[in-house]
Amino acid sequence: MPDTLTKFIFGRLTWDSLPLHEPIVVATFVAVALGGIALLGVITYFKLWGYLWREWFTSVDHKKIGIMYMVLGLIMLLRGFSDAIMMRLQQAIAFNGSEGYLNSHHYDQIFTAHGVIMIFFVAMPFVTGLMNFVVPLQIGARDVSFPFLNNFSFWMTVGGAILVMASLFVGEFARTGWLAYPPLSGIGYSPDVGVDYYIWALQVAGVGTTLSGINLICTIIKMRAPGMTMMRMPIFTWTSLCTNVLIVASFPVLTAVLSLLALDRYVGTNFFTNDFGGNPMMYVNLIWIWGHPEVYILILPLFGVFSEVTSTFSGKRLFGYTSMVYATVVITILSYLVWLHHFFTMGSGASVNSFFGITTMIISIPTGAKIFNWLFTMYRGRIRFELPMMWTVAFMLTFTVGGMTGVLLAVPPADFVLHNSLFLIAHFHNVIIGGVLFGLFAGIAYWWPKAFGFKLDPFWGKVSFWCWVVGFWFAFMPLYILGLMGVTRRMRVFDDPSLQIWFVIAAFGAVLIACGIAAFLIQIFVSIRRREALADTTGDPWDGRTLEWSTSSPPPAYNFAFTPVIRDNDAWYDMKQAGYIRPLAGFKPIHMPSNTGTGIILAAFSVALGFGLIWYIWWLAALSFVCLIATAIGHTFNYHRDFHIPASEVTQTEEARTTLLAAQG
Amino acid sequence: MTSTAITAGTEPVFHLEEEHAHAEGGSTMLGFWLYLMSDCLIFAMLFAAYGVLGGNYAAGPAPKDLFDLDLVAVNTAMLLFSSITYGFAMLTMDKGRVAATQAWLAVTGLFGLAFLSIELYEFAHMIHEGATPQRSAFLSSFFTLVGTHGLHVTFGTIWLVTLMVQVARFGLIEANRRRLMCLSMFWHFLDVVWIGVFTFVYLMGMLR
Repeated sequence: MPDTLTKFIFGRLTWDSLPLHEPIVVATFVAVALGGIALLGVITYFKLWGYLWREWFTSVDHKKIGIMYMVLGLIMLLRGFSDAIMMRLQQAIAFNGSEGYLNSHHYDQIFTAHGVIMIFFVAMPFVTGLMNFVVPLQIGARDVSFPFLNNFSFWMTVGGAILVMASLFVGEFARTGWLAYPPLSGIGYSPDVGVDYYIWALQVAGVGTTLSGINLICTIIKMRAPGMTMMRMPIFTWTSLCTNVLIVASFPVLTAVLSLLALDRYVGTNFFTNDFGGNPMMYVNLIWIWGHPEVYILILPLFGVFSEVTSTFSGKRLFGYTSMVYATVVITILSYLVWLHHFFTMGSGASVNSFFGITTMIISIPTGAKIFNWLFTMYRGRIRFELPMMWTVAFMLTFTVGGMTGVLLAVPPADFVLHNSLFLIAHFHNVIIGGVLFGLFAGIAYWWPKAFGFKLDPFWGKVSFWCWVVGFWFAFMPLYILGLMGVTRRMRVFDDPSLQIWFVIAAFGAVLIACGIAAFLIQIFVSIRRREALADTTGDPWDGRTLEWSTSSPPPAYNFAFTPVIRDNDAWYDMKQAGYIRPLAGFKPIHMPSNTGTGIILAAFSVALGFGLIWYIWWLAALSFVCLIATAIGHTFNYHRDFHIPASEVTQTEEARTTLLAAQG
Repeated sequence: MTSTAITAGTEPVFHLEEEHAHAEGGSTMLGFWLYLMSDCLIFAMLFAAYGVLGGNYAAGPAPKDLFDLDLVAVNTAMLLFSSITYGFAMLTMDKGRVAATQAWLAVTGLFGLAFLSIELYEFAHMIHEGATPQRSAFLSSFFTLVGTHGLHVTFGTIWLVTLMVQVARFGLIEANRRRLMCLSMFWHFLDVVWIGVFTFVYLMGMLR
């Protein structure tokens, strides 16, 4: 085949693009390929494709989409954690002249991929999944405002994840750190496909995230059950609302700044170059205008989870509901006024640094108010130390330390010493693991019975809990010490042998965390095996207080047979107190949205478009773009997107539950 | 517990007996507003980039060497007229007059195309004179800001044609009215953005 034709068909994709010279990657590929083939084989053998397609992939049910988000987050957690433990091992052995086992080309990709995956494809899907599953149930709605858009958003997130995963085996990932600062990420210093994978994976996933944010805001504003005023919304719904406002008000910034970087790389413009008037620091400013709200996007919903868990397991109304709401709103606003604290060392002068240092410190006030609200909720409560409550207590202890080191870093002179050191790494892992991840585990243990109809096994849950918590302290306290001693981030080899012991301790902590993840997977497996013994037939296994516990576990497709009417913050608790009797007759047909495969098709074209752009396969990019637009327009010609669940079916479902409840006595 | 006090004495109501229908598309206007605000943020970033880089000519051409205000004024008029005619389309839609609505939509689309043609001519002229997007950070941010707006008008025009086909096939049914309302907001939004571009890029550029 003539060279130009090959180039036309494959762009810059050649056999050399496959990382066959990296034995670690090849072994990973073989393992992933075998696992993947086995999985596909099992699905085909049990003839599950039709079921998966009809019941899950094309589903517009917010509960199923929420669960699919959680599955995506869990799979990507395994990938992101593999990167983490590889780095810990490398840093623990690369002393005394040893180069370790990772070359710099590979190591630089690993720390970039770890950050990108953990934020965009672990934390974001987990948080979005939780909000998707819980919010409509908490506000007494049948689904979200735009069910099809919800399905599309999910598949766009998957599309981004697929592009990141593809970079492991086809080509390479960025070697720039997780925010890809120029000029390093410019075409001059990163001519390969790594940064392009980064850009297009985030652009594809970013579309999904923005649309899902719009969707959930509309849902919370428009779909609340009658009687649920804003100040009667459950705290998790409040924090979700603020989170989604942050998403809609910050992800477009990321989209814009990555587009400008893409223009620099593809067209040769001069936004962030060092020549022709470009300004690299503008990139740093713009990306942190997205990046700082992003960390609050991650933590706020988990603050909501902790509020629900503390109140439920203390058997008390949440202390200071109003102050909790205002604290959340204040954090939402302040999160836009602090971005420059990520680069005090830019040299913007004393007054600018002071402003951003002070706003940063002010954020600790509403956050502190929240901690006190949780403590006062527990005070004189009848506390049940079930798994979600254990995670909550571990969170309060761990997160407070992380918060305090954060205030320390907010002092510009201290930051000049600690900037880009391992102290910073320890700080943000302290708040992200101690806050976001612990909160997710609390939320998963709390709402699992609602989603599947049985509780999680407590023994393996406690094993996972102790491994995670102890492992976290072992893994990150040494990094604080190393940071104070001046060790910077992203180092591959070390000269000073006295540092090694701390890295060995940190690696031990990472191994404990690995045990925690394994125990979590075992917990899920064991719970599914023991689902009969762990079954929840009441729909209200924790003596809950909010609406989601008033329906069955798992909830029917329509969530509530009748639209509930709310009279109090803790709506379900109020109903139980006031002698609520479940309606047994008079069911009406229920109006529901229909499933559609358009979302998955659009996302598939988006992945193809991204792949074409990454490898300069212009025909593929153009073709998939045209298909994308055509499919989207074609979809708008379908005016029949809903159906009615007949009253007889509702009656049947509800009678089944009546029998179940009666059997229980 | 104030609510409990209010309902005290009467039988508490925990659910609605009747299926209370959320009208289809009840959230669409709010959702579309939110989308527009997110789009507005993208433009805000491009304006910010232009604000930072707009004076960095890198010894290349400056606004005074490049901009032809008369041409831009004509162009602005095209876009403003298209907003007015879209307004007329909405008024006739309210009266349920399909043919008149379609006619006004067609006029709007033609104004949109005129705007795009003039913009493309302007771009071609500048590139021909060597003022390419690669020449300086000023030109990079200029082409990106104005070009992104032009891209929006292009997609708006494609959307307009799609809606005209749908109105022709299905009439001014509820769903189509809702869609025309969304495009209306989109179209006027682009007008507002253009007023920003005209002021900050072209007029202020001539004063620099």
